[in-house]
Amino acid sequence: MSEGLVACGITIRRGGVPVVRDVGFAAPAGRVTGLVGPNGAGKSTLVSAIMGLHRPETGTISFGGRDLVALGRRERARLAAYLEQSASTDERVSVADVVALGRIPHARLWSPEPDEQDDRIVAAALERVGMTTFSRRPYASLSGGEQQRVQLARALAQEPRLLLLDEPTSHLDIRGQLQALDLLRAEAASGMTVLVVLHDLNLALSRCDWLVVMGGGQVVAEGTPEAILTQDLIASVYGVRASIVRGQSGSLIAFDTAI
Amino acid sequence: MGVASKMTRVAMLALWLLLIASGVLAVTLGPADITPGEVWTSILHHLGIVPESPLSRLRDAIVWDLRLPRVLAATGVGAGLALAGAVMQALTRNPLADPYLLGLSSGAALGAVTLVVMGHALLVPVGAFFGSLGALALALLIAHVLGGTTPVRAILAGISISALASAATSFVIFWSATGDSYREILSWLLGTLSGANWADAGLVVGSLVLCAPVILVMARSLDAFAFGEAAATSLGVDVARLRWTMLAASALLTGIMVAVGGAIGFVGLVVPHVVRFALGPQHRRLLPVAMLVGAIFMLWADTMARTLFDPRELPVGIVTALVGAPGFLLVLLRYRRVT
Repeated sequence: MSEGLVACGITIRRGGVPVVRDVGFAAPAGRVTGLVGPNGAGKSTLVSAIMGLHRPETGTISFGGRDLVALGRRERARLAAYLEQSASTDERVSVADVVALGRIPHARLWSPEPDEQDDRIVAAALERVGMTTFSRRPYASLSGGEQQRVQLARALAQEPRLLLLDEPTSHLDIRGQLQALDLLRAEAASGMTVLVVLHDLNLALSRCDWLVVMGGGQVVAEGTPEAILTQDLIASVYGVRASIVRGQSGSLIAFDTAI
Repeated sequence: MGVASKMTRVAMLALWLLLIASGVLAVTLGPADITPGEVWTSILHHLGIVPESPLSRLRDAIVWDLRLPRVLAATGVGAGLALAGAVMQALTRNPLADPYLLGLSSGAALGAVTLVVMGHALLVPVGAFFGSLGALALALLIAHVLGGTTPVRAILAGISISALASAATSFVIFWSATGDSYREILSWLLGTLSGANWADAGLVVGSLVLCAPVILVMARSLDAFAFGEAAATSLGVDVARLRWTMLAASALLTGIMVAVGGAIGFVGLVVPHVVRFALGPQHRRLLPVAMLVGAIFMLWADTMARTLFDPRELPVGIVTALVGAPGFLLVLLRYRRVT
């Protein structure tokens, strides 16, 4: 297994306040790593720092042995793709137009038109998320789940080796959530490193290979979901009483009450 | 995608031909009857291709000294305003953005009028440029202080700056302008290309030659703004550099256009919308086509302004608003039906 994403001693301040403090974790290559924690734990800030939207005050972030912080914007965009919670636009763009945005990091300054290779990559990306038939549809006419799949296709069109997703399932129904996570698992199976911020602990438990739990700007636990999602951890990090139910098709967290 | 870019190429070619034909036709229109043949003869003569011109001195002067520079200035102003408007709309992610609404035109007008009443008529373009740049910087600063440049904040800040600059302009006029300069300043504030000469045409075309390539080269990066700044950054776009380059180029364009033609409204707002509606929002197609459509629109608006009520001349800003406002409403209605 080649080296995945490794963060070490990351501290990020926003408006003078340290929202991420001395964070270190690893997201193994070819695996889906979940990043969970209560609101305000610093998950989104951490992910956007990996994407170069914030510069960490201290610490190193490397991927496959390369220093992500020092990398140029375009080079980073060819290595890592980022998906937001939901992406909406007032522009009347088609699905294919949105996916073609993923080719921007690969475009040379003087070739403003996408070439045939770009078209092929866009078509292949749409196929991988099962949205080929939607290619000519206006993006705005799609459901939230469909839009998120189109955004995933856009990310894939960047031909990255690392996918960063900030709560991609928050606005989706159960079916959409499972489809999105299963698409990510398929990508991971073909070698992609996936780091996904999740709110739903049961989704994290059933679909992630590796889990990083954050609380108060720090990493509280890291390991396989089965091993680290315990009653005690959920109580101390989330302030919620819960019990873990072991069933035939895996475990389930049953939430009881806020402490 | 291949079909769309082929269609765009055909549209571009057709628009270029229409622009040239319109330009020649517009030069023939006016109180003195000039034929298209005479227009070509005069142009070729002055370019040194035809050594002897059969045209009388007077007719040659009407073509070369009066009408041609004005037609060129109108064409350039239309192209520049449409381009600046399309860029503003992309950068602020606000469909209502245009040089007018973001305060650029008012800032440019303030800078220009101040220099006019101070008696530095030659420095008017400089005043207009710094006026528009100042208004833009102030609007963005306000939006930033409010917590980041969102579509709504940019417009709100622009409106307040616009109102402030207009009030200051009115004050300067009220305090310092006398007699004839009142009428001159008023018609200029309404937008007019009356009396545009070769220096004006050169200024307009020169600013386009300087700014348009800078903007057009970055057209594809503008597409990345469709989903906001974070998305654009994650696609490898240097958002800060792109924004400042684009805004500086737009401010320069607007400043020059306002210095030459006064505060001409609606071109920067309506033309990009019409083109976006026809061709879609991809900036590598939208920007060049919007420039051509803006040029043709402005050319005919100015021709109407000077010939409709001959010998009296309308400020062209009235024509663009009269045509532009209903046109904009139509676009809004069509948009509603489509989405």
